[in-house]
Amino acid sequence: MSFRKYLVLAAVAIFGACGDVCLARGMRDFGAVTRNNWHQLLSVLLNPWIGGGICLLIGFFCSYMTALSWADLTYVLPATAISYVLMAFLARSFLHENIPTSHWLGIGLITVGVGLVAMGPSLTAPPEAKSARNGA
Amino acid sequence: MTAAAGWLGVASIVLSATTGDVLQSGAMKQLGDLGEIRQTHGLLEVVRRVVSNRRFMLGLFFMAVAFFSLLVTLSWADLSVVGPASASLTFIANAIAARIFLKEHVDYRRWVAAVFVAGGVALLAR
Repeated sequence: MSFRKYLVLAAVAIFGACGDVCLARGMRDFGAVTRNNWHQLLSVLLNPWIGGGICLLIGFFCSYMTALSWADLTYVLPATAISYVLMAFLARSFLHENIPTSHWLGIGLITVGVGLVAMGPSLTAPPEAKSARNGA
Repeated sequence: MTAAAGWLGVASIVLSATTGDVLQSGAMKQLGDLGEIRQTHGLLEVVRRVVSNRRFMLGLFFMAVAFFSLLVTLSWADLSVVGPASASLTFIANAIAARIFLKEHVDYRRWVAAVFVAGGVALLAR
């Protein structure tokens, strides 16, 4: 796999983790969504944290679509799993969330598990699955 | 909000995100390597081909559902639980859906990884 493709996978992980942290920060300003305030949910789009999070997630989306154009779905998702670890560090540093030892163990297990997949081939779908190219 | 509501939110994220992922992965495989298309035809052609693909647009709708489910769930539970739990469960659901609908070869290594991920989720749920 080329260096450019590794860069795309790294972008998926970084944009995804940072975007989710921004969304979580923004939703803290809104508070819990209940039956009384759900109709105001669209107003969260005006929150700068939510806006920033959406911009980062657009970056995530573009790099994710690019990766899916040359790799299996079951390769791209685990190969970018380092974002879970990054997300936990960011949640602890910026959102001051308490992350107990069991959660760190869980995040470690997830990362090891998905790391196994990253060592395999990136594309396994049979040729007929790709035979309709350019036929959108 | 109760923990049950948080996990219901996670389930909603997983179902909608998996449907969106499978539809979009299928659409991207139809289109081919976006990097190569951009090099030969330009960025506008990439955008035109992507947005004119009906499977991609349907996938986008389900991703939007997953996004708003995530927003609501984040207001009920911590990101350090919702983020990894929804993403890892989506990974397992995607492995099953990709094998069935996308005909991907999900070998022993990918299934072992699914077990590791499931163990990680169990620890996160404690």
